Amino acid sequence: MLRYIAKRLLTMIPVLIGISFIIFVLMYFTPGDPAEMLLGDLATPEQVDALREELGLNDGFFQRYFNYMKGLLKGDLGKSYVSKMPVWDEIATRLPVTARVAFLVAIFAVLIGIPIGILSAVRQYSFIDSITRVFALLGITMPSFWLALLLVLLFSVQLGWLPPSGLYGPIYYIMPILSISAVSIATITRTARSSMLEVIRQDYVRTARAKGQYERVVLFRHALLNAMIPILTIIGIQFAGGLGGAVVNEQVFAIPGLGKLMVDAIKARNYPLIQGSVLVLAVLQSVVNLVVDILYAFVDPRIRSQYSRKVGKKAPKLAVAAAAASDEAAATTLEGGDI
Amino acid sequence: MSDDKLLEIKDLSIHYFTEEGIVRAVNNVQLSLRRGETLGLVGETGAGKTTTALGIMGLVPDPPGRVVSGEILFGGRDLLRLNKGQMRRHRGKDISMIFQDPMTSLNPIMTMGDQIAEVIRLHEKLSRADANRKAAQVLEMVGIPAQRMNEYPHQFSGGMKQRVVIAIALACNPQLIIADEPTTALDVTIQAQVLELMSQLQSELHTSMLIITHDLGVVADSCQSVAIMYAGRIVESGRIEDIYEDTKHPYTKGLFSSLPSLSTKVKRLKPILGLMPDPANLPAGCPFHPRCDSCMPICTELDPQDTGLGNGHMVRCHLYGQHDAGEDLA
Ligand SMILES: Nc1ncnc2c1ncn2[C@@H]1O[C@H](COP(=O)(O)OP(=O)(O)O)[C@@H](O)[C@H]1O
Ligand SMILES: [Mg+2]
Repeated sequence: MLRYIAKRLLTMIPVLIGISFIIFVLMYFTPGDPAEMLLGDLATPEQVDALREELGLNDGFFQRYFNYMKGLLKGDLGKSYVSKMPVWDEIATRLPVTARVAFLVAIFAVLIGIPIGILSAVRQYSFIDSITRVFALLGITMPSFWLALLLVLLFSVQLGWLPPSGLYGPIYYIMPILSISAVSIATITRTARSSMLEVIRQDYVRTARAKGQYERVVLFRHALLNAMIPILTIIGIQFAGGLGGAVVNEQVFAIPGLGKLMVDAIKARNYPLIQGSVLVLAVLQSVVNLVVDILYAFVDPRIRSQYSRKVGKKAPKLAVAAAAASDEAAATTLEGGDI
Repeated sequence: MSDDKLLEIKDLSIHYFTEEGIVRAVNNVQLSLRRGETLGLVGETGAGKTTTALGIMGLVPDPPGRVVSGEILFGGRDLLRLNKGQMRRHRGKDISMIFQDPMTSLNPIMTMGDQIAEVIRLHEKLSRADANRKAAQVLEMVGIPAQRMNEYPHQFSGGMKQRVVIAIALACNPQLIIADEPTTALDVTIQAQVLELMSQLQSELHTSMLIITHDLGVVADSCQSVAIMYAGRIVESGRIEDIYEDTKHPYTKGLFSSLPSLSTKVKRLKPILGLMPDPANLPAGCPFHPRCDSCMPICTELDPQDTGLGNGHMVRCHLYGQHDAGEDLA
């Protein structure tokens, strides 16, 4: 197992190199000059050129890529053009905010989505099931920024109960969490429902009932645990998405998180900050995927035995299996079972 | 007389109410099983055997299934009148069931030991350690070394899995075991071993058993009585000698002549022509009449009633009934 984790961490390296290259190329060809933006309209061409020289923007493509990679290998993400602070420090002050929101959203979505999904599956075609399916569809199709604006209109403008923006105390988290989690709740509900529907028809669930097991235990210990793999996959995707996808909602609620940092960085063509943020997000995404894969092994002894067998040979097959699992989950989300 | 009857099913009907219509899976079934005996329930796929078994267990999937009439007397008490909790306490303890497919009947993410200990802990007041010890004994009893307790279903072969399923069924020493085609999914060689194991354990533990099968050979080997099921009805039932030597119902006769026999030299096996009718759309009259060699006019109009032939031999066929029912029609 440990060897498996180590191997997975190693395979992250080429992925990160690839991502850093792509993001570098994208930045290189994006129109807009950071020097001009920094200095404003009143700057003379000489001033702009001096700053370009200082930032290393006058070098050729390969020279710039080389400098950038040299920094990366030393663990140096560079300095922000705007604040002149190390990129790493800027990210380190913003990431916890985004992570905290994403984490709360994930917990909230799991606590709501899984029970509703189970209920909906157990009472398939009932009134509760129909309501759940309608709301899940709404939750998935409704853009979260739109929901955010509606919430602000209702709770801040009309009722005046909740502050419309900022993040200065627990009460400030309510609306961001509600609006961001709508999609996650809907997706988790649908996945939990379709996965449970599949599992509760299985023979071993009937065996558990034939033993005289309590219905509650049948549902949770026998059915839900077996239905967990696709649900875990979707939770992982949602959580990672919450880290990276906070861009819009942080804008709406003026949350000082990584998403807002990135938007500001993009506006200013602040290349080092953009590249650094994307890389950090990519690392986080890979770590979340790894954690999900490890959780698979906790749930399912078949996967566990695959991990612990000769890691080297099994790895590609495993990757395929994991990919298939997440494809399946993604497909369920897209089709939403039989909604 | 009725004291030695462990299980008596009277007039049981179970229907599935689906969007396509009502599937009349079990219709007015009568069955009885004495203590210590084995009853064979024989019929083609779709005859309603599993549904009958699930009815006894109180596990008919609802929706779409529902018991629409009848009584299931177990030790004199009607199981259909029990509430959910009472029925749950019977399951696994007094009545247990071995399902058809061992490959899918075990929980893939629980160890074999835990799956056996689960039923023990539900019905006996034992500590976890004692339950595990007992689970190990039961596992040994079905011929699996206790060291394999901590393994998972994917590490077992089909035959070994079925042994574990049998161990789960036997763990609490039930009065009745329902075995639903316990060997259909297994290789022929393994089938014999599993059947051997079951009958050996049954005679050791004095358990009564309802074996569901479509193999008349299995019935001959291990049952004292047999009931033949067709389209949700018991068309013939009785002591095994009576059924095998004094076969009455044309469907039962058909079943025997479609079997390769060792004693009588038959040149060609004679399959019963046609298919069993769809239980959602049963023909009028006797449901077997479209396939029956001896079909009479009344058979297309009137469903026959049970006719007793003495010594517990029952048949449901107009050939043997008093035809006064036909006069009612006129
Ligand atoms: N859950 C269900 N929903 C609808 N119809 C069912 C269900 N289970 C069984 N049936 C139908 O009931 C009939 C009897 O099935 P079953 O009891 O499984 O027969 P057997 O065990 O003899 O093969 C079949 O026509 C089958 O299609
Ligand atoms: Mg069956």
